[in-house]
Amino acid sequence: MTQLIIILTYLGLLLILGVFSSRMFKGTSADYFLASRSIGPFLLLMSLFGTTMTAFALVGSTGATFKDGIGVYGKMASWAGIIHSACFFVVGIKLWSFGKRYGYTTQIQFFRDRFESNGLGLLLFPVLVGLVIPYLLIGVMGAGTTIEKLTGGALPNIFPAAGVGPAARAAGAIPYAYGSALICIVVMIYVFFGGVRGTAWANAFQTIVFIVLGVVTFVAISDKLGGMKEATAMVQKHNPDKLRRTVRENDTLTRYKGDVNVYEKRLAAWKAKPESNRGRAPKKPVKPHGIGHLKFLSYMFIPLSVGMFPHLFQHWLTAKSAKSFKLSVIAHPLLIMLVWVPCVLIGVWATSAMIDGKPIIPYGFSNPNAVLGKLVASSTGPVLGGLLTAGILAAIMSSLDSQFLCLGSIFTNDIVAHYVKDGALSDKQRLLVGRAFVVFIVIVTYLLALLRPGSVFTLGVWCFSGFASLFPLVIAALYWKRTTTAGAYACVISTAATWIYLFAQAGYGANRGYLFLDMMPVATIIAVSTVSLIVVSLITKPPSAATIDKFFKK
Amino acid sequence: MKKIIYGLIILLAVLHHDWWWWDDSDTLVFGFVPIGLAYHAGISLAAGFLWTLVVIYCWPTELDDVQPVSPQASNNGGHA
Repeated sequence: MTQLIIILTYLGLLLILGVFSSRMFKGTSADYFLASRSIGPFLLLMSLFGTTMTAFALVGSTGATFKDGIGVYGKMASWAGIIHSACFFVVGIKLWSFGKRYGYTTQIQFFRDRFESNGLGLLLFPVLVGLVIPYLLIGVMGAGTTIEKLTGGALPNIFPAAGVGPAARAAGAIPYAYGSALICIVVMIYVFFGGVRGTAWANAFQTIVFIVLGVVTFVAISDKLGGMKEATAMVQKHNPDKLRRTVRENDTLTRYKGDVNVYEKRLAAWKAKPESNRGRAPKKPVKPHGIGHLKFLSYMFIPLSVGMFPHLFQHWLTAKSAKSFKLSVIAHPLLIMLVWVPCVLIGVWATSAMIDGKPIIPYGFSNPNAVLGKLVASSTGPVLGGLLTAGILAAIMSSLDSQFLCLGSIFTNDIVAHYVKDGALSDKQRLLVGRAFVVFIVIVTYLLALLRPGSVFTLGVWCFSGFASLFPLVIAALYWKRTTTAGAYACVISTAATWIYLFAQAGYGANRGYLFLDMMPVATIIAVSTVSLIVVSLITKPPSAATIDKFFKK
Repeated sequence: MKKIIYGLIILLAVLHHDWWWWDDSDTLVFGFVPIGLAYHAGISLAAGFLWTLVVIYCWPTELDDVQPVSPQASNNGGHA
């Protein structure tokens, strides 16, 4: 019950903030979609950081480290610290300046102008929307699941226990459908009324919440484990492979051996059942294997996705001036470190933490993403559990809001407003259409989330790869005069084709460890898209002098 | 100065690949942070420092006073 009260209080505070920010709303579509280009350095930093850090920063980082060890920080966080700021500096500021000069609201408007092509906008539209939707679903599904898993016992008279196995719901837990609906409604309300300004304020609040709660959780957990030195010493004794990126012949591998023991018992129990009643066979634990150098290196391409996220583009355009970017460029790597280092340490400690000789995370525990919640539940009280849940929801919602709004903006500006006759759509109508699309997208996302498409989580990584692979397009558009319309088409089409081919090779995401040439698939897709863009641009007619003048004249 | 700072960022990206700590689980910083993690936290700190230098010495000042080409350009762009 305590956890539910904390969650509801948090959501209430968020709505109050939404109402507060909507009082500053000027009633125009430019204010709704771009906050009249008035966002200063602090709000911009919080918006960009909150949008780029999903729930993965808290829950996923802990789980991934629990599974693969400390190499996770180098693969994801420290690369992101370098590359994200590079994207803000090299791409963000420049796009902001074109946005202000020529009045762009969406990415597609910029690309249409830069490449003198309506068709390119039509090609990009399904690609960008298609890549954002799984990302949205992950947020809504993650929120519903988090609420259901962490509110067990809250309302036993209303929600009895249901289901069996991993999908079982504890008595009193808020069902998935209600939890995800609650999150969708809260986000929809403040996005509907406050637009991007409401989103920026909400993101600032939520980003502070999840940073502070991450640090509080870290201190509380390390205290319960007997201190930081003791917690790490246990890992050195039982699972030293988690503290490096290799596995040695003589490693203890206590957790792996424990997992194998549990697996063998489960397998024997599974075999003992009649064949008609067996269900799925238990999954064999994967032996720790370290990380290869090429794979580690190829992770550098993933954060390039930031350069092509449509929701981040929209936040860039809200900046008051180019100077507003300065704080984000500097502080982004430091904030990433502040959130990730504690989570990575907790994930490593969770592999070996024991109470009375028994592991806190039991052997055979098959859901790494639940490690943080499990650790909090078993080593701290319900208040911290509730606060952590609020922190996780904050991280989810601070990405969801921007994505909902950006899809509303894309539909309104790139489809409706773009294809009605000049002047036929008044500003009020444009605003109305934008809000209607936001509501529509929230409802569609919620209905899709009710289907619980499990594969969507796998698809998430591939979405990042897709956005990253389009990065050469935006770089060329900004810095290479010779890039042609045909070159831009070639880049998008070759990205889509290579992405689909490698996705199919990976069993449509089923093979989670899929590598191509020992590297993450994104490395190959980027190489193909870059070569296509350059070669086709060089053999086709250069852009008009007017366009070059418009985008490259000092 | 610009070239030196951009060069340092490239150097940071190269130093990110720390094969020298790849197999070390014994060295701990502050007695509890494994060296492989501490090193990469250091990379994040160094990134913050280098991006500060970029903001000071490489800032595109010509973009600081960008103005709309026309009053109508506030939200009507992209009609190619």
